[in-house]
Amino acid sequence: MSTWIPLWLPGETDHARAVDLLFAGLLVSAFLVLALLFFLLLRFAIHYRAGNANADRDHRVKKSWTIETAWTVATFVAFLALFFWGAKLYLDLYAPPKGAAVVYIVAKQWMWKAQHLGGQREINELHVPVGRAVRLIMSSQDVIHSFFIPAFRIKHDVLPGTSEELWFRPRKAGVFQLFCAEYCGTDHSRMTGRIVVMQEPAFERWLSRQDVTGTLAAQGGKLFRQFGCSGCHGNSAAVRAPPLEGLYGKPVPLSDGRIEIADERYIRDSILQPRKDVAAGYQPLMPSFEGKISEDELVALVAYIKSLAVAENKP
Amino acid sequence: MSGKNYLTVKYSLRSWFFTTDHKRVAILYFAGITLFFFIGGAAATMIRLELATPQGDLVSSDVYNRLFTMHGVIMVWFFLIPSIPATLGNFIVPLMIGARDLAFPRLNITSWYLFMAGGLTTLYAVFVGGIDTGWTFYTPFSTMYSNSHVVLAVTGVFIAGFSSILTGLNFIVTIHRLRAPGLTWYRLPLFLWSLYATSVILVLATPVLAMTLLLVALDRFAGIGIFDPARGGDPLLFQHLFWFYSHPAVYIMILPGMGVVSELVAVYSRKAVFGYKFVAWSAIAIAVVGFFVWGHHMFVSGQSVFAGLMFSFMSFVVAVPSAIKVFNWTATLHKGWVSFDAPMLYALAFIGLFTIGGLTGLFLACLAYDVYVTDTYFVVAHFHYIMVGGMVTAYFGGMHYWWPKITGRMYPEYWARAAAILIFFGFNMTFFPQFILGILGMPRRYHTYPPEFQVWHVMSSVGASVLAVAYLLPLFYLGWSLFFGRRAPANPWRATGLEWQTPSPPPEHNFEEPPVVTREPYHYTITGEAVPQNA
Amino acid sequence: MPEAHPAFQFVDLRQQHDVAQLGMWVFLATEVLFFGGLILAYSAYRIGYPEGFAEAARHTKIVIGASNTAILLTSSFLVAWAVLIVRLREGRIAALLLWGAAALGVIFLVLKGVEYSEEYREHLIPGLNFALDGPNAGAIKLFFAFYFVATGLHAVHVAVGIVVLVVIGIRARQDAYSDRYHSPITVAGLYWHFVDIVWIFLFALIYLPGRAP
Repeated sequence: MSTWIPLWLPGETDHARAVDLLFAGLLVSAFLVLALLFFLLLRFAIHYRAGNANADRDHRVKKSWTIETAWTVATFVAFLALFFWGAKLYLDLYAPPKGAAVVYIVAKQWMWKAQHLGGQREINELHVPVGRAVRLIMSSQDVIHSFFIPAFRIKHDVLPGTSEELWFRPRKAGVFQLFCAEYCGTDHSRMTGRIVVMQEPAFERWLSRQDVTGTLAAQGGKLFRQFGCSGCHGNSAAVRAPPLEGLYGKPVPLSDGRIEIADERYIRDSILQPRKDVAAGYQPLMPSFEGKISEDELVALVAYIKSLAVAENKP
Repeated sequence: MSGKNYLTVKYSLRSWFFTTDHKRVAILYFAGITLFFFIGGAAATMIRLELATPQGDLVSSDVYNRLFTMHGVIMVWFFLIPSIPATLGNFIVPLMIGARDLAFPRLNITSWYLFMAGGLTTLYAVFVGGIDTGWTFYTPFSTMYSNSHVVLAVTGVFIAGFSSILTGLNFIVTIHRLRAPGLTWYRLPLFLWSLYATSVILVLATPVLAMTLLLVALDRFAGIGIFDPARGGDPLLFQHLFWFYSHPAVYIMILPGMGVVSELVAVYSRKAVFGYKFVAWSAIAIAVVGFFVWGHHMFVSGQSVFAGLMFSFMSFVVAVPSAIKVFNWTATLHKGWVSFDAPMLYALAFIGLFTIGGLTGLFLACLAYDVYVTDTYFVVAHFHYIMVGGMVTAYFGGMHYWWPKITGRMYPEYWARAAAILIFFGFNMTFFPQFILGILGMPRRYHTYPPEFQVWHVMSSVGASVLAVAYLLPLFYLGWSLFFGRRAPANPWRATGLEWQTPSPPPEHNFEEPPVVTREPYHYTITGEAVPQNA
Repeated sequence: MPEAHPAFQFVDLRQQHDVAQLGMWVFLATEVLFFGGLILAYSAYRIGYPEGFAEAARHTKIVIGASNTAILLTSSFLVAWAVLIVRLREGRIAALLLWGAAALGVIFLVLKGVEYSEEYREHLIPGLNFALDGPNAGAIKLFFAFYFVATGLHAVHVAVGIVVLVVIGIRARQDAYSDRYHSPITVAGLYWHFVDIVWIFLFALIYLPGRAP
């Protein structure tokens, strides 16, 4: 990887390749404009230098409207093309493929913690299989961080108090740099890590070698009882609370008439700020768990509630 | 030389520190800004020295973080934003419009005191331990997690903000109401159009920053949690408010530079600026559209996708008027009488470097590519091409151009050209490698970095040492010229503006008798002879 | 009585008057953006926490708030009257009107102080003694943070305005103003009306949410 003078970092996902093509497009347009401009600038400056009395200075261009309009429109059209190209690829980043493997990322000063659905945990490393889409659900425990994999050309800020998403599909095995890209304090520059992309069998072996105390959902189920959630949301609960079975991914009608899709962020927000989006037909009785539950526990709880939906869907 | 000029009319310290003369206020600003420029520059030197090796071996992480924060805060608020408006603008605006002073001379000196008070407060914060938040003060880091003197620094910037507002207010009113008879809007030199656009931004954007910083200080002080998610606040709201000011602030920095370059290009091509009205209105367009692009700093921050699309589109739109300006400057050279005096060298350097900065700005406006290079050295390189390659270059160009008017002395042309060329090369050596670092994925604000990036960092650091020497040169030869320079005639560049139709240095109230304007600016005959605006 | 002369940088009094007026308008534009930033942040959280903000607003003292609105509106009326009448060389009446407006401003501040002290007793001051419990406590705290910042800044503006009105009143009493020269009083009037308008917005944002039946 390290040649003496590095000039280029190869893109290792389809998205990265597409971004590189966009880069090439930008570079060519920029270069053409620069070349034309520098040529004219130098040519005019030298040819029409004060010392050159022989240069033809008659018939100066006076009417400027047509010229002005022409270059304004040309610039704008070129910009418009670049805008659409960049926007198209940007939208792809927000459309993870269905069935992507989910990994939870929790950032804190100054480390990255990853939790797989199987309950495997790692720090400053992320093992993923080659060829499969991976969806990261990321949150921060303290300040804003930013999850950045240069070789995949992706980056997204990781915020406290809410969850953000990012997805990628590595196309070849290897080890890639992970950086924190949002300044986060003293050891910002040491908040780095590795993305280890492995062949499927090797990945399965790696998963099974990890020391695991039950799947993430199972850990969440334990917390679900520990925090007393089951007291109201459970089947035989005395207090009437919305059932959580089959909730994930479904639209939820809210008491103020809006409808929200119950995704990770909705579930998470409902635990932390239960009174913000109250399900229709229920009283706003649930206490907030803000500050009473750690990011890691929250991740496990969300995974558990999600797993309830999967159980429901499978007859 | 007949009579006394503004420098010789009185000598006491009192006559300087309680002056209301816009020309003396400009000199005071010049002194303050130069001080801050070299303090900010010293921090930059330390940063480049530290980054010569991948390990953190010169200073600790905490010191490094304080260094880049101090560099950013001081350069942005105490050098770049006031630089051209408060020094050259203060000096030249009344002269250019044929007035005896600015509309509010006492506000003008007040703004200098506010500026210095803000600057010294911030310096004090640096000396008692510094600030480690980065110049962007992102929450909740700045409000909850930083163990440094955030409140002090924020107070300094807050105070300096009011000095910005007063300067902007003064310029707007002056340009509206104090123009000499016959000086219609379309007869205004383009420098004034730029400063007018700048002032509008100063007046409308700065108060939002003031309010935002007030909330940050309060949050830190009283622990309310306005921007802290753990207490129900929203850190993105801070970013929106901050960039609502700080992106237009970029135009506060570059628009005056564009104005200076318009003046220089005309004088040293002996020709009217091509497409005058387009250049003039493009300044206004930049100021207006510039208020609607702030979200392009937040494409990966978690703002909505729709917001991302809108801000990306607007960012492309705001680039159009900048392109118009560059094309028109180039066209101005066509069939002119181009000479290469030092100010023109700066102007040409500005056009080249600003264009590179602007074009790389398109890379960043382009959504999917921005996701990759935002918060990397690509951004660092880009905005240094605009701020330093553009703004500082224009500032030096303008300073040389108006030096004879301000001091009554000519600077040594040979040294000035040498410095201009050295600055150009030193600058490119420093910042071009940073584009490549960004394209390789090197994040910004890193104290240590993977060793494969070292080659480019070393190149950048070598360039920085060249640049540092180049920036020191003018200090010496301009200082020398104050005492030994040739005495300047009223109009050494044979220019058309009103400021050149009064002695160098100008008398206390600018003109022996009030000028009456009879024609457009930049009236040069086909042989390049200047026809003054009041002739 | 001395005839007014323009300051050295102006050609005539007319120009000086135009400059003063435009200067004040530009300053007010700055002020609009200053309070605008705050009101934007307030709005964002009010949308985020509609219930909390409604509950918080019910803790505010609407009687004092409404009285203060009436007081400021009346004082603005007095100032507008003074601005007109001073041009008829009725300096004495103008002075009384301005001082009356200033007195109303003082009453406004006194009532504001009473309101603050009640809020202190009810433990509603974030960062000092905020001690409210319940599900919406966080949002209520945010609301009161905005409340104190907004009304505090507004009170500073009122205090500055009172001083200005008193001084201008003294000058008016000395017959310094006339039909030809009256920019100080006109400009001071603009400022006072602005302070009044800001209050009208703050009143609606602070006291009214959550009170509709």
